[in-house]
Amino acid sequence: MPQVTLTVNGKTSTVDVEGRTLLVELLREKLRLTGTHVGCDTSQCGACVVHVDGESVKACTILALQANGSQVTTIEGLAKPDGTLHPMQEAFREYHALQCGFCTPGMVMSAIDLVQKHPDGMSEKEIREGLEGNLCRCTGYHNIVKAIAAAQEVMHGRAQSLAPAAE
Amino acid sequence: MYDFEYHKPGSLADAVKLLSADPDARPISGGQTLLPALKHRLNKPTSVVDLSGIAELRGIKREGNKLVIGALAKHVEVATSPEVKAAIPALAQMAGTIGDTQVRNRGTIGGSVANNDPAADYPSAVLGLNATIVTDKRRIAADDFFQGMFTTALEPGELLVAIEFPIPEKAGYAKMRNPASRYVMAGAFVAKTGGAVRVAINGAGPGVFRQTEMEKALTANWSPDAVAGVKQDADGLNSDIHGSAEYRAHLVTVMAKRAVANAG
Ligand SMILES: Cc1cc2nc3c(=O)[nH]c(=O)nc-3n(C[C@H](O)[C@H](O)[C@H](O)COP(=O)(O)OP(=O)(O)OC[C@H]3O[C@@H](n4cnc5c(N)ncnc54)[C@H](O)[C@@H]3O)c2cc1C
Ligand code: FES
Ligand code: FES
Repeated sequence: MPQVTLTVNGKTSTVDVEGRTLLVELLREKLRLTGTHVGCDTSQCGACVVHVDGESVKACTILALQANGSQVTTIEGLAKPDGTLHPMQEAFREYHALQCGFCTPGMVMSAIDLVQKHPDGMSEKEIREGLEGNLCRCTGYHNIVKAIAAAQEVMHGRAQSLAPAAE
Repeated sequence: MYDFEYHKPGSLADAVKLLSADPDARPISGGQTLLPALKHRLNKPTSVVDLSGIAELRGIKREGNKLVIGALAKHVEVATSPEVKAAIPALAQMAGTIGDTQVRNRGTIGGSVANNDPAADYPSAVLGLNATIVTDKRRIAADDFFQGMFTTALEPGELLVAIEFPIPEKAGYAKMRNPASRYVMAGAFVAKTGGAVRVAINGAGPGVFRQTEMEKALTANWSPDAVAGVKQDADGLNSDIHGSAEYRAHLVTVMAKRAVANAG
Protein backbone atom coordinates (compact mmCIF):
# COMPACT_ATOMS: atom_id res chain seq x y z
CA MET A 1 0.00 0.00 0.00
CA PRO A 2 1.37 3.46 -0.84
CA GLN A 3 2.44 5.71 2.01
CA VAL A 4 2.23 9.44 2.47
CA THR A 5 4.47 11.42 4.79
CA LEU A 6 3.37 14.93 5.54
CA THR A 7 3.58 17.50 8.29
CA VAL A 8 0.19 18.60 9.57
CA ASN A 9 0.09 21.52 11.99
CA GLY A 10 3.75 20.96 12.75
CA LYS A 11 3.50 17.23 13.40
CA THR A 12 4.95 14.78 10.86
CA SER A 13 3.00 11.59 10.17
CA THR A 14 3.37 8.68 7.80
CA VAL A 15 0.07 7.13 6.76
CA ASP A 16 -0.98 4.21 4.54
CA VAL A 17 -3.31 5.37 1.78
CA GLU A 18 -4.89 4.15 -1.45
CA GLY A 19 -4.13 5.85 -4.75
CA ARG A 20 -7.58 7.43 -4.65
CA THR A 21 -7.46 8.66 -1.03
CA LEU A 22 -8.19 12.38 -0.91
CA LEU A 23 -6.25 14.71 1.36
CA VAL A 24 -9.47 15.52 3.21
CA GLU A 25 -10.04 11.80 3.89
CA LEU A 26 -6.51 11.46 5.21
CA LEU A 27 -7.02 14.43 7.53
CA ARG A 28 -10.45 13.46 8.81
CA GLU A 29 -10.34 9.67 8.84
CA LYS A 30 -6.68 8.81 9.40
CA LEU A 31 -5.52 11.75 11.49
CA ARG A 32 -8.92 12.42 13.09
CA LEU A 33 -8.68 16.13 12.35
CA THR A 34 -12.39 16.59 11.75
CA GLY A 35 -12.35 20.39 11.82
CA THR A 36 -11.91 20.31 8.04
CA HIS A 37 -15.39 19.69 6.64
CA VAL A 38 -16.77 18.12 3.50
CA GLY A 39 -19.75 20.08 2.25
CA CYS A 40 -20.13 19.17 -1.39
CA ASP A 41 -17.29 16.83 -2.36
CA THR A 42 -17.60 18.40 -5.84
CA SER A 43 -14.99 21.18 -5.48
CA GLN A 44 -17.56 23.95 -5.14
CA CYS A 45 -18.23 24.88 -1.51
CA GLY A 46 -14.83 25.43 0.11
CA ALA A 47 -15.76 23.82 3.46
CA CYS A 48 -12.67 21.62 3.04
CA VAL A 49 -10.08 24.39 2.47
CA VAL A 50 -6.70 23.82 4.12
CA HIS A 51 -3.24 25.24 3.40
CA VAL A 52 -0.74 23.08 1.55
CA ASP A 53 2.71 24.66 1.55
CA GLY A 54 1.10 28.00 2.31
CA GLU A 55 -1.52 27.92 -0.46
CA SER A 56 -5.24 27.51 0.21
CA VAL A 57 -6.57 24.44 -1.59
CA LYS A 58 -9.75 22.40 -1.59
CA ALA A 59 -8.72 19.26 0.30
CA CYS A 60 -11.50 17.30 -1.43
CA THR A 61 -9.81 17.97 -4.79
CA ILE A 62 -6.24 16.89 -4.12
CA LEU A 63 -5.04 13.34 -3.65
CA ALA A 64 -3.30 12.55 -0.39
CA LEU A 65 -0.38 11.32 -2.51
CA GLN A 66 -0.17 14.69 -4.28
CA ALA A 67 0.43 16.26 -0.86
CA ASN A 68 3.27 13.88 -0.02
CA GLY A 69 6.16 15.74 1.61
CA SER A 70 4.20 18.94 2.11
CA GLN A 71 3.40 21.16 5.06
CA VAL A 72 -0.33 21.23 5.77
CA THR A 73 -2.17 23.62 8.08
CA THR A 74 -5.75 22.94 9.11
CA ILE A 75 -8.16 24.90 11.27
CA GLU A 76 -6.87 22.93 14.29
CA GLY A 77 -3.40 24.39 13.74
CA LEU A 78 -4.32 28.07 14.04
CA ALA A 79 -4.80 28.73 17.75
CA LYS A 80 -1.75 28.96 20.03
CA PRO A 81 -1.13 26.01 22.38
CA ASP A 82 -2.49 28.13 25.27
CA GLY A 83 -5.78 28.47 23.39
CA THR A 84 -5.30 32.05 22.17
CA LEU A 85 -7.21 32.28 18.93
CA HIS A 86 -5.70 33.38 15.62
CA PRO A 87 -6.78 36.98 14.82
CA MET A 88 -9.00 35.64 12.04
CA GLN A 89 -10.75 33.22 14.40
CA GLU A 90 -11.13 36.02 16.94
CA ALA A 91 -12.61 38.28 14.27
CA PHE A 92 -15.14 35.63 13.20
CA ARG A 93 -16.27 35.42 16.83
CA GLU A 94 -16.35 39.16 17.44
CA TYR A 95 -18.22 39.93 14.20
CA HIS A 96 -20.67 37.04 14.50
CA ALA A 97 -19.42 35.74 11.16
CA LEU A 98 -20.96 32.32 11.64
CA GLN A 99 -24.28 30.77 12.41
CA CYS A 100 -24.29 26.97 12.01
CA GLY A 101 -20.50 27.03 11.62
CA PHE A 102 -20.30 24.38 8.93
CA CYS A 103 -18.56 26.61 6.40
CA THR A 104 -16.42 28.35 9.01
CA PRO A 105 -13.21 26.28 8.99
CA GLY A 106 -12.93 26.65 5.20
CA MET A 107 -13.87 30.34 5.36
CA VAL A 108 -11.20 31.03 7.98
CA MET A 109 -8.50 29.14 6.05
CA SER A 110 -9.40 30.90 2.77
CA ALA A 111 -9.53 34.26 4.53
CA ILE A 112 -6.07 33.87 6.06
CA ASP A 113 -4.56 32.98 2.66
CA LEU A 114 -6.30 36.00 1.09
CA VAL A 115 -5.04 38.41 3.73
CA GLN A 116 -1.50 37.04 3.45
CA LYS A 117 -1.56 37.49 -0.35
CA HIS A 118 -2.71 41.12 -0.06
CA PRO A 119 -0.16 42.90 2.13
CA ASP A 120 -1.62 46.28 1.14
CA GLY A 121 -5.06 45.29 2.36
CA MET A 122 -8.26 44.44 0.50
CA SER A 123 -11.35 46.45 -0.24
CA GLU A 124 -14.75 44.98 0.55
CA LYS A 125 -15.13 44.08 -3.14
CA GLU A 126 -11.78 42.29 -3.20
CA ILE A 127 -12.70 40.32 -0.10
CA ARG A 128 -16.00 39.25 -1.67
CA GLU A 129 -14.28 38.22 -4.91
CA GLY A 130 -11.57 36.40 -2.98
CA LEU A 131 -14.22 34.30 -1.21
CA GLU A 132 -15.73 33.12 -4.47
CA GLY A 133 -14.79 29.51 -3.69
CA ASN A 134 -16.49 29.45 -0.27
CA LEU A 135 -20.23 29.05 0.12
CA CYS A 136 -22.18 29.89 3.28
CA ARG A 137 -25.80 28.90 3.57
CA CYS A 138 -26.54 30.88 6.72
CA THR A 139 -24.94 34.26 7.17
CA GLY A 140 -25.47 36.07 3.89
CA TYR A 141 -21.71 36.81 3.98
CA HIS A 142 -21.94 40.38 5.33
CA ASN A 143 -20.45 39.62 8.72
CA ILE A 144 -17.84 37.33 7.21
CA VAL A 145 -16.63 40.19 5.02
CA LYS A 146 -16.59 42.57 8.01
CA ALA A 147 -14.62 40.07 10.09
CA ILE A 148 -11.97 39.66 7.39
CA ALA A 149 -11.72 43.44 6.90
CA ALA A 150 -11.08 43.84 10.65
CA ALA A 151 -8.70 40.88 10.92
CA GLN A 152 -6.49 42.08 8.08
CA GLU A 153 -5.65 45.22 10.06
CA VAL A 154 -4.40 43.09 12.96
CA MET A 155 -2.62 40.55 10.75
CA HIS A 156 -0.76 43.31 8.88
CA GLY A 157 0.16 45.03 12.14
CA ARG A 158 -1.82 48.16 11.36
CA ALA A 159 -3.97 47.68 14.45
CA GLN A 160 -2.88 46.39 17.87
CA SER A 161 -6.17 44.69 18.53
CA LEU A 162 -9.37 43.89 16.73
CA ALA A 163 -11.77 46.79 16.18
CA PRO A 164 -14.94 45.93 18.11
CA ALA A 165 -18.03 45.13 16.06
CA ALA A 166 -20.75 47.77 16.06
CA GLU A 167 -23.51 47.17 18.63
CA MET B 1 -13.91 7.14 -7.13
CA TYR B 2 -12.48 3.79 -8.25
CA ASP B 3 -8.99 3.07 -6.97
CA PHE B 4 -5.93 3.46 -9.18
CA GLU B 5 -2.17 3.31 -8.94
CA TYR B 6 -0.32 6.58 -8.50
CA HIS B 7 2.99 7.42 -10.15
CA LYS B 8 5.07 10.55 -9.90
CA PRO B 9 7.78 10.50 -12.58
CA GLY B 10 10.68 12.94 -12.32
CA SER B 11 11.17 13.51 -16.05
CA LEU B 12 9.13 13.92 -19.20
CA ALA B 13 10.70 10.79 -20.68
CA ASP B 14 9.62 8.71 -17.67
CA ALA B 15 6.07 10.13 -17.82
CA VAL B 16 5.79 9.30 -21.51
CA LYS B 17 7.09 5.79 -20.80
CA LEU B 18 4.47 5.22 -18.09
CA LEU B 19 1.66 6.54 -20.27
CA SER B 20 2.63 4.60 -23.37
CA ALA B 21 3.02 1.36 -21.40
CA ASP B 22 -0.60 1.54 -20.24
CA PRO B 23 -3.42 2.88 -22.44
CA ASP B 24 -5.64 3.26 -19.35
CA ALA B 25 -3.20 5.52 -17.50
CA ARG B 26 -4.12 9.20 -17.24
CA PRO B 27 -1.93 12.23 -16.58
CA ILE B 28 -2.88 14.55 -13.71
CA SER B 29 -1.68 18.14 -13.31
CA GLY B 30 -3.77 20.27 -10.93
CA GLY B 31 -6.53 17.68 -10.73
CA GLN B 32 -9.22 20.39 -10.66
CA THR B 33 -10.99 18.78 -13.60
CA LEU B 34 -9.76 15.19 -13.46
CA LEU B 35 -10.58 14.51 -9.79
CA PRO B 36 -14.19 15.76 -10.02
CA ALA B 37 -14.58 13.64 -13.17
CA LEU B 38 -13.16 10.55 -11.45
CA LYS B 39 -15.51 11.08 -8.49
CA HIS B 40 -18.38 10.93 -10.97
CA ARG B 41 -16.87 7.68 -12.23
CA LEU B 42 -16.78 9.21 -15.70
CA ASN B 43 -13.69 7.17 -16.38
CA LYS B 44 -11.72 4.47 -14.70
CA PRO B 45 -7.96 4.85 -15.14
CA THR B 46 -5.74 1.99 -13.98
CA SER B 47 -3.14 4.53 -12.97
CA VAL B 48 -2.71 8.25 -12.59
CA VAL B 49 0.59 9.84 -13.60
CA ASP B 50 1.30 13.01 -11.60
CA LEU B 51 3.14 15.49 -13.83
CA SER B 52 3.92 17.97 -11.06
CA GLY B 53 7.49 16.78 -10.54
CA ILE B 54 8.59 17.33 -14.15
CA ALA B 55 10.87 20.36 -14.47
CA GLU B 56 10.56 20.45 -18.29
CA LEU B 57 6.88 21.45 -17.94
CA ARG B 58 7.59 24.46 -15.73
CA GLY B 59 8.44 28.08 -16.30
CA ILE B 60 7.13 31.27 -17.85
CA LYS B 61 9.58 33.12 -20.06
CA ARG B 62 9.80 35.63 -22.83
CA GLU B 63 11.70 34.48 -25.92
CA GLY B 64 11.97 37.32 -28.44
CA ASN B 65 8.47 38.15 -29.60
CA LYS B 66 6.95 35.10 -27.92
CA LEU B 67 5.79 34.30 -24.42
CA VAL B 68 6.38 30.64 -23.55
CA ILE B 69 4.29 29.22 -20.73
CA GLY B 70 5.01 25.74 -19.38
CA ALA B 71 2.08 23.33 -19.09
CA LEU B 72 2.36 23.22 -15.29
CA ALA B 73 1.95 27.00 -14.84
CA LYS B 74 -0.88 27.43 -12.38
CA HIS B 75 -3.63 29.95 -13.04
CA VAL B 76 -2.40 32.00 -10.07
CA GLU B 77 1.12 32.05 -11.52
CA VAL B 78 -0.07 33.28 -14.92
CA ALA B 79 -2.30 35.87 -13.25
CA THR B 80 0.52 37.33 -11.17
CA SER B 81 3.56 36.78 -13.43
CA PRO B 82 5.37 40.06 -14.25
CA GLU B 83 6.37 38.60 -17.66
CA VAL B 84 2.76 37.80 -18.58
CA LYS B 85 1.45 41.12 -17.26
CA ALA B 86 4.02 43.01 -19.32
CA ALA B 87 3.70 41.03 -22.54
CA ILE B 88 0.00 40.01 -22.67
CA PRO B 89 -1.94 41.70 -19.88
CA ALA B 90 -5.24 40.28 -21.19
CA LEU B 91 -3.93 36.76 -20.55
CA ALA B 92 -2.94 37.57 -16.96
CA GLN B 93 -6.31 39.19 -16.40
CA MET B 94 -8.11 36.13 -17.82
CA ALA B 95 -6.14 33.73 -15.60
CA GLY B 96 -7.11 35.78 -12.55
CA THR B 97 -10.80 35.17 -13.23
CA ILE B 98 -10.71 31.39 -13.72
CA GLY B 99 -12.81 29.59 -11.12
CA ASP B 100 -11.93 30.73 -7.61
CA THR B 101 -8.82 31.32 -5.49
CA GLN B 102 -8.40 27.65 -4.60
CA VAL B 103 -8.94 26.43 -8.17
CA ARG B 104 -6.36 28.96 -9.34
CA ASN B 105 -3.91 27.72 -6.71
CA ARG B 106 -3.96 24.19 -8.22
CA GLY B 107 -5.31 24.30 -11.80
CA THR B 108 -2.81 24.57 -14.66
CA ILE B 109 -2.83 25.99 -18.17
CA GLY B 110 -1.77 22.63 -19.61
CA GLY B 111 -4.64 20.79 -17.91
CA SER B 112 -7.17 23.37 -19.03
CA VAL B 113 -6.03 23.46 -22.66
CA ALA B 114 -5.66 19.65 -22.90
CA ASN B 115 -9.16 19.27 -21.47
CA ASN B 116 -10.78 21.76 -23.90
CA ASP B 117 -13.98 22.27 -21.93
CA PRO B 118 -16.26 24.38 -24.14
CA ALA B 119 -16.88 26.65 -21.12
CA ALA B 120 -13.19 27.03 -20.22
CA ASP B 121 -11.36 30.36 -20.54
CA TYR B 122 -7.86 29.59 -21.83
CA PRO B 123 -8.84 27.99 -25.17
CA SER B 124 -10.09 31.35 -26.48
CA ALA B 125 -6.77 33.02 -25.61
CA VAL B 126 -4.82 30.21 -27.27
CA LEU B 127 -6.93 30.43 -30.44
CA GLY B 128 -7.28 34.22 -30.42
CA LEU B 129 -3.53 34.75 -30.03
CA ASN B 130 -2.71 32.09 -32.64
CA ALA B 131 -0.54 30.24 -30.15
CA THR B 132 1.44 27.08 -30.83
CA ILE B 133 0.98 24.02 -28.61
CA VAL B 134 4.24 22.20 -27.96
CA THR B 135 3.95 18.53 -27.02
CA ASP B 136 6.50 15.83 -26.26
CA LYS B 137 6.30 14.87 -29.94
CA ARG B 138 5.50 17.92 -32.09
CA ARG B 139 4.23 21.47 -32.46
CA ILE B 140 0.54 22.06 -33.19
CA ALA B 141 -1.06 25.32 -34.39
CA ALA B 142 -4.04 26.47 -32.33
CA ASP B 143 -6.27 26.29 -35.43
CA ASP B 144 -5.55 22.53 -35.67
CA PHE B 145 -5.51 21.81 -31.95
CA PHE B 146 -9.09 22.40 -30.77
CA GLN B 147 -11.47 19.88 -32.31
CA GLY B 148 -14.78 20.43 -30.55
CA MET B 149 -16.19 19.54 -27.15
CA PHE B 150 -13.47 18.04 -24.89
CA THR B 151 -11.54 16.99 -28.02
CA THR B 152 -8.07 18.08 -29.11
CA ALA B 153 -5.37 16.98 -31.54
CA LEU B 154 -3.48 15.32 -28.66
CA GLU B 155 -3.05 11.60 -29.20
CA PRO B 156 -3.55 9.21 -26.28
CA GLY B 157 -0.52 9.50 -24.02
CA GLU B 158 0.77 12.64 -25.76
CA LEU B 159 1.68 15.36 -23.27
CA LEU B 160 1.27 19.08 -23.58
CA VAL B 161 4.65 20.58 -22.66
CA ALA B 162 4.26 24.32 -23.24
CA ILE B 163 2.27 26.94 -25.09
CA GLU B 164 3.99 29.63 -27.18
CA PHE B 165 2.02 32.85 -27.45
CA PRO B 166 3.06 35.43 -30.06
CA ILE B 167 2.99 38.84 -28.34
CA PRO B 168 0.13 40.94 -29.75
CA GLU B 169 -0.10 44.70 -30.31
CA LYS B 170 -3.50 44.61 -28.64
CA ALA B 171 -5.56 41.93 -26.93
CA GLY B 172 -8.69 41.89 -24.80
CA TYR B 173 -11.07 39.40 -23.23
CA ALA B 174 -14.60 39.61 -21.89
CA LYS B 175 -16.95 36.92 -20.64
CA MET B 176 -20.40 36.48 -19.18
CA ARG B 177 -20.28 34.03 -16.30
CA ASN B 178 -23.01 31.66 -15.38
CA PRO B 179 -24.30 33.09 -12.11
CA ALA B 180 -24.26 29.70 -10.37
CA SER B 181 -21.36 27.66 -11.77
CA ARG B 182 -19.33 30.77 -12.72
CA TYR B 183 -18.17 29.00 -15.89
CA VAL B 184 -18.34 30.94 -19.15
CA MET B 185 -21.74 31.32 -20.87
CA ALA B 186 -20.11 33.23 -23.72
CA GLY B 187 -16.70 34.83 -23.98
CA ALA B 188 -14.68 36.62 -26.64
CA PHE B 189 -10.93 37.00 -26.98
CA VAL B 190 -9.85 39.58 -29.56
CA ALA B 191 -6.27 40.20 -30.62
CA LYS B 192 -4.26 42.09 -33.19
CA THR B 193 -0.90 40.43 -33.75
CA GLY B 194 1.51 41.55 -36.47
CA GLY B 195 -1.39 43.47 -38.00
CA ALA B 196 -3.64 40.37 -38.22
CA VAL B 197 -6.89 40.33 -36.25
CA ARG B 198 -8.36 37.22 -34.63
CA VAL B 199 -11.56 36.79 -32.66
CA ALA B 200 -12.08 33.58 -30.68
CA ILE B 201 -15.39 32.73 -29.02
CA ASN B 202 -15.64 30.36 -26.05
CA GLY B 203 -18.57 29.15 -23.95
CA ALA B 204 -21.20 29.73 -26.61
CA GLY B 205 -20.63 26.73 -28.86
CA PRO B 206 -19.65 23.07 -28.44
CA GLY B 207 -16.03 24.20 -28.75
CA VAL B 208 -14.01 27.37 -29.09
CA PHE B 209 -14.28 28.87 -32.61
CA ARG B 210 -13.15 31.87 -34.66
CA GLN B 211 -15.68 34.56 -35.55
CA THR B 212 -14.39 35.47 -39.01
CA GLU B 213 -17.00 38.15 -39.78
CA MET B 214 -15.92 40.01 -36.67
CA GLU B 215 -12.29 39.57 -37.69
CA LYS B 216 -13.06 41.28 -41.01
CA ALA B 217 -14.98 44.08 -39.32
CA LEU B 218 -12.16 44.73 -36.87
CA THR B 219 -9.51 44.58 -39.58
CA ALA B 220 -11.34 47.41 -41.36
CA ASN B 221 -11.98 49.36 -38.17
CA TRP B 222 -10.61 48.39 -34.73
CA SER B 223 -13.38 49.64 -32.48
CA PRO B 224 -16.23 48.23 -30.36
CA ASP B 225 -18.68 49.77 -32.83
CA ALA B 226 -17.24 47.70 -35.65
CA VAL B 227 -18.33 44.41 -34.04
CA ALA B 228 -21.60 45.80 -32.66
CA GLY B 229 -23.23 45.33 -36.05
CA VAL B 230 -22.07 41.72 -36.54
CA LYS B 231 -24.72 39.20 -35.51
CA GLN B 232 -23.65 35.71 -34.47
CA ASP B 233 -25.72 32.91 -36.04
CA ALA B 234 -27.44 30.90 -33.27
CA ASP B 235 -27.33 27.69 -35.33
CA GLY B 236 -25.15 25.09 -33.63
CA LEU B 237 -24.62 27.08 -30.43
CA ASN B 238 -25.28 25.50 -27.03
CA SER B 239 -28.81 25.52 -25.68
CA ASP B 240 -29.40 24.37 -22.11
CA ILE B 241 -31.10 25.31 -18.85
CA HIS B 242 -28.66 28.20 -18.46
CA GLY B 243 -29.51 29.89 -21.73
CA SER B 244 -30.83 29.33 -25.24
CA ALA B 245 -28.68 29.37 -28.36
CA GLU B 246 -30.30 32.70 -29.32
CA TYR B 247 -29.34 34.22 -25.97
CA ARG B 248 -25.77 33.00 -26.33
CA ALA B 249 -25.62 34.35 -29.89
CA HIS B 250 -26.66 37.74 -28.57
CA LEU B 251 -24.02 37.51 -25.82
CA VAL B 252 -21.29 36.81 -28.37
CA THR B 253 -21.69 40.26 -29.93
CA VAL B 254 -21.89 41.97 -26.54
CA MET B 255 -18.78 40.17 -25.25
CA ALA B 256 -16.85 40.92 -28.46
CA LYS B 257 -17.67 44.62 -28.07
CA ARG B 258 -16.47 44.58 -24.46
CA ALA B 259 -13.35 42.62 -25.38
CA VAL B 260 -12.36 45.24 -27.97
CA ALA B 261 -13.03 48.00 -25.43
CA ASN B 262 -10.88 46.12 -22.87
CA ALA B 263 -8.07 45.78 -25.43
CA GLY B 264 -8.07 49.55 -25.92
C1 LIG C 1 -15.11 24.95 -8.86
C2 LIG C 1 -14.36 25.02 -10.17
C3 LIG C 1 -14.57 26.13 -10.99
C4 LIG C 1 -13.88 26.23 -12.20
N1 LIG C 1 -14.11 27.33 -12.97
C5 LIG C 1 -13.45 27.44 -14.15
C6 LIG C 1 -13.64 28.59 -14.98
O1 LIG C 1 -14.38 29.53 -14.65
N2 LIG C 1 -12.95 28.65 -16.16
C7 LIG C 1 -12.11 27.65 -16.54
O2 LIG C 1 -11.50 27.75 -17.60
N3 LIG C 1 -11.90 26.56 -15.79
C8 LIG C 1 -12.56 26.43 -14.60
N4 LIG C 1 -12.32 25.32 -13.83
C9 LIG C 1 -11.41 24.26 -14.32
C10 LIG C 1 -9.98 24.57 -13.91
O3 LIG C 1 -9.53 25.68 -14.65
C11 LIG C 1 -9.01 23.41 -14.13
O4 LIG C 1 -7.85 23.78 -13.45
C12 LIG C 1 -8.57 23.10 -15.52
O5 LIG C 1 -9.66 22.87 -16.35
C13 LIG C 1 -7.77 21.83 -15.57
O6 LIG C 1 -6.46 22.03 -15.12
P1 LIG C 1 -5.80 21.00 -14.14
O7 LIG C 1 -4.36 21.32 -14.08
O8 LIG C 1 -6.54 20.98 -12.86
O9 LIG C 1 -5.98 19.64 -14.94
P2 LIG C 1 -6.27 18.15 -14.48
O10 LIG C 1 -7.58 18.07 -13.80
O11 LIG C 1 -5.10 17.60 -13.78
O12 LIG C 1 -6.37 17.48 -15.92
C14 LIG C 1 -7.40 17.80 -16.83
C15 LIG C 1 -7.32 16.87 -18.06
O13 LIG C 1 -6.18 17.17 -18.83
C16 LIG C 1 -5.27 16.06 -18.86
N5 LIG C 1 -3.94 16.67 -18.70
C17 LIG C 1 -3.49 17.39 -17.62
N6 LIG C 1 -2.26 17.88 -17.88
C18 LIG C 1 -1.92 17.47 -19.13
C19 LIG C 1 -0.76 17.67 -19.97
N7 LIG C 1 0.28 18.42 -19.58
N8 LIG C 1 -0.76 17.09 -21.20
C20 LIG C 1 -1.82 16.36 -21.62
N9 LIG C 1 -2.93 16.13 -20.90
C21 LIG C 1 -2.98 16.69 -19.66
C22 LIG C 1 -5.72 15.14 -17.75
O14 LIG C 1 -5.44 13.79 -18.02
C23 LIG C 1 -7.20 15.41 -17.70
O15 LIG C 1 -7.86 14.68 -18.69
C24 LIG C 1 -12.99 25.18 -12.61
C25 LIG C 1 -12.78 24.08 -11.77
C26 LIG C 1 -13.46 23.99 -10.57
C27 LIG C 1 -13.23 22.79 -9.71
S1 FES D 1 -16.10 19.72 0.14
FE1 FES D 1 -14.39 20.43 -0.96
S2 FES D 1 -15.19 22.11 -2.02
FE2 FES D 1 -16.96 21.34 -1.01
S1 FES E 1 -22.51 29.55 8.99
FE1 FES E 1 -23.78 27.95 8.27
S2 FES E 1 -22.97 27.58 6.30
FE2 FES E 1 -21.91 29.33 6.89
